[in-house]
Amino acid sequence: MKNFSLMRIGIWVYLALFFSYLLGPLVIMSVTAFNSPGFPRAAPWECLTFEWFSALFQDERILNGIKNSILVGAGTVTLSVAMGLAGALMLTQIWPKLRATYYTIIIAPILIPGVVIGISTLVFWDRVNRLFGLEADSFLSNGLFLTVIGQSTFIASYCMLVLVARLQRYDNGLTEAALDLGATHAQAFRKVLLPFMRPAIASAAVLAFLASFENYNTTTFTFGEYPTLTIELAQKVRYGITPAISALAFIIVVLTVFAALANEAGIRRKELVAAARKSATVEELESGKLRLPGFLSSNAAAVILVVVAMMTIAVVGTAAVYSPQQCIADVREQKRLETDLKVQELLQRRAEQAARRDAEQAEQSGQEPTTEDTTPKASNNSGFGNVFDPGALQDDGTDDPEEEPATPGNNSGFGNVFDPNALQSD
Amino acid sequence: MSAGVGVNLEDLWIRFGDFVAVREANVHINGGDFFSFLGPSGCGKTTILRAVSGFLEPSQGNVLIGGNNMKGIGPNKRPTALIFQNLALFPLMKVWENITFSMEIKGASTKQRRKRADELLDMIALTGQGEKLPAELSGGQKQRVAIARALCAEPDVLLLDEPLSALDLKLRQHMRSELREIQKRVGITFIYITHDQGEALTMSDNIAVMRDGVIDQIGDGKSIYNDPNTAFAASFVGENNVFRGTVKQVIGNEVMIRTNRSGDLMARISTANQGKLKQGDEAMLFIRPEAFALAPAGTQGDHFVTAQVTKEEFEGSAFNIFMEGEGGKEIKVALPNVGQSFESHMGEAMTLEYQVKNAVALPAGVLATE
Ligand SMILES: Nc1ncnc2c1ncn2[C@@H]1O[C@H](COP(=O)(O)OP(=O)(O)O)[C@@H](O)[C@H]1O
Ligand SMILES: [Mg+2]
Repeated sequence: MKNFSLMRIGIWVYLALFFSYLLGPLVIMSVTAFNSPGFPRAAPWECLTFEWFSALFQDERILNGIKNSILVGAGTVTLSVAMGLAGALMLTQIWPKLRATYYTIIIAPILIPGVVIGISTLVFWDRVNRLFGLEADSFLSNGLFLTVIGQSTFIASYCMLVLVARLQRYDNGLTEAALDLGATHAQAFRKVLLPFMRPAIASAAVLAFLASFENYNTTTFTFGEYPTLTIELAQKVRYGITPAISALAFIIVVLTVFAALANEAGIRRKELVAAARKSATVEELESGKLRLPGFLSSNAAAVILVVVAMMTIAVVGTAAVYSPQQCIADVREQKRLETDLKVQELLQRRAEQAARRDAEQAEQSGQEPTTEDTTPKASNNSGFGNVFDPGALQDDGTDDPEEEPATPGNNSGFGNVFDPNALQSD
Repeated sequence: MSAGVGVNLEDLWIRFGDFVAVREANVHINGGDFFSFLGPSGCGKTTILRAVSGFLEPSQGNVLIGGNNMKGIGPNKRPTALIFQNLALFPLMKVWENITFSMEIKGASTKQRRKRADELLDMIALTGQGEKLPAELSGGQKQRVAIARALCAEPDVLLLDEPLSALDLKLRQHMRSELREIQKRVGITFIYITHDQGEALTMSDNIAVMRDGVIDQIGDGKSIYNDPNTAFAASFVGENNVFRGTVKQVIGNEVMIRTNRSGDLMARISTANQGKLKQGDEAMLFIRPEAFALAPAGTQGDHFVTAQVTKEEFEGSAFNIFMEGEGGKEIKVALPNVGQSFESHMGEAMTLEYQVKNAVALPAGVLATE
């Protein structure tokens, strides 16, 4: 039994490790979105700030990227789900002997590297474009069009997999029943098969949108004049990142959590309604007076959803009135004091050194040339461009990154907003 | 009833690759009839029905409905409605939507549909259950919804594919009479498929007995039961005692058969086989359990069989007596319950008598359960 409990502890430890591995980066990134330093970091904590969110919403390129991502996403969802559904339907209709081959062919795009798909999309449509003798900026070479086409190449396969799974549970007899009752094939499809496929179509659409939203490999070749969010982010990261990107990540995480909770709550609600209907009497069903359970009753997901929603509203409300200026000023002030202290120390040390050197020199005045050698060594210190010169330190207000990890090295890049003197003069 | 629309199958063949599912079917179904296809599972009943409803193109031959050749006409254009073996109710539609699906297709208003649904729900004794989903109904209720849905389409011919097979015995018996009554009321042609001979006999005006894609016999219940065409029909419909042997002598429409174990026995040649049995042919002689009566012990002759009582089964209105004839030949006898008992006669030899007109001689053939 001891072994058993040991094993259980082991499993819990493993789970804890696994989830911290899985979620840890997200949590830390989310925290950095609210910390005031200019480089995303969670520790040491300085000031709670929402400025990275406003910075995010003032960043034209990111906003434009989001817009393009949504446009591409909408196009990809439409095209992929349509092609996926067609592919899935085809799979169920096709001659069984060909089915395996067909399946392999239609799944292949998932296995092909996105880079290859990107390049081939670009090359192929460029050829088509020339074939039609169109200009370089024609519709067929438009970044949005190419990206949608390129992404859909493999996202449609994902959609097909999702749709096939549902379609396999479809009783073809239902379509036959509809036909038998006088429906045309189109009516049978629209009124019977499509409603049956709706949940899977919704899943496929969400999957397609997410896959499109996060795609980089393929898009990087096709985006043309329409950089998507991932492209913009990648380009930004090249020049250093700010917590504004963390803020974006945080928003995406929160939206995801919202969607997941809403979905869960919806499913649970459906179950409850079905259960209530099952136990209802005919009269209740007839009169429409059936008392359905409330949205929140015995629905944990719904409760959490509402709590999260209220928390979000609270946070946004706080953000609207909250000003981190005082805190930032305090931190600044404290840092200035620390710096002053260090400067004092340094000055003192210098003075001591100088005094010692003077004393030594006085002691060994008119000595052998060996001491002559040490003297230039000592003066070599100033050869580091006076960075160690306390006076210089005081002048531009920057710290030595090696000595002061608490302060970002690129503070000065923020137009002296962090300059304690600037604050004080206010 | 001549009001209904008749159905004709003319030299109908249906093949799946090399496999012949239906072979040379020629069937005439009168308008307004309750017509059954009866046969064991896998004999091609569903296949015939699918050819009538239009889901299958015959490999050869024609399907005529109301005298019109249905070649090239799709299932949605035929005046038929099919009740599927698994019912195929639309799971996401409410009962009333299911029932009036055919009206929705034609663009009827919700109000019209509701009204018609209520009428049909009344008819199938499910008043007020229209708001439920099919999954919320019991098996028998689903069954009736499927019937109402088919009737709502106002077909000339209703096709039913083993509609009662999924129900328990009690409900099945109830639904039999209900179906028959519905058929009488709406007056349309019903083509009914079943592997249950009791069902076919009680419900049908006419029955086609099928075996391995071949229709062995068409006729009303009585003629199939009393005057089977083939050994298969004789053994599949109702219970029968089989005596194998060879034809010793043909006397007009009667025949003397030298049975393998029970001596020479006389029988009537079934109508369809008259003139076909010759001396020396292998033949089978069928005597129903209820065709036997007890005879004075020791009586001998060409319509007497001797056997020992091995088992008695009390069925209320009758006794089933199981006997062992010469050479271990098993014989089942049903005797009406007139207050006697055979318990004390266990192991005794008894003489059984039958009337020659109740024994049917047929050319040897495949039996239903071998
Ligand atoms: N689509 C098909 N392809 C190949 N064989 C089939 C097909 N449909 C039915 N069969 C075969 O035809 C025979 C008759 O089937 P069916 O008509 O369904 O029998 P049942 O009398 O039980 O309804 C069976 O042996 C079945 O395997
Ligand atoms: Mg069948």
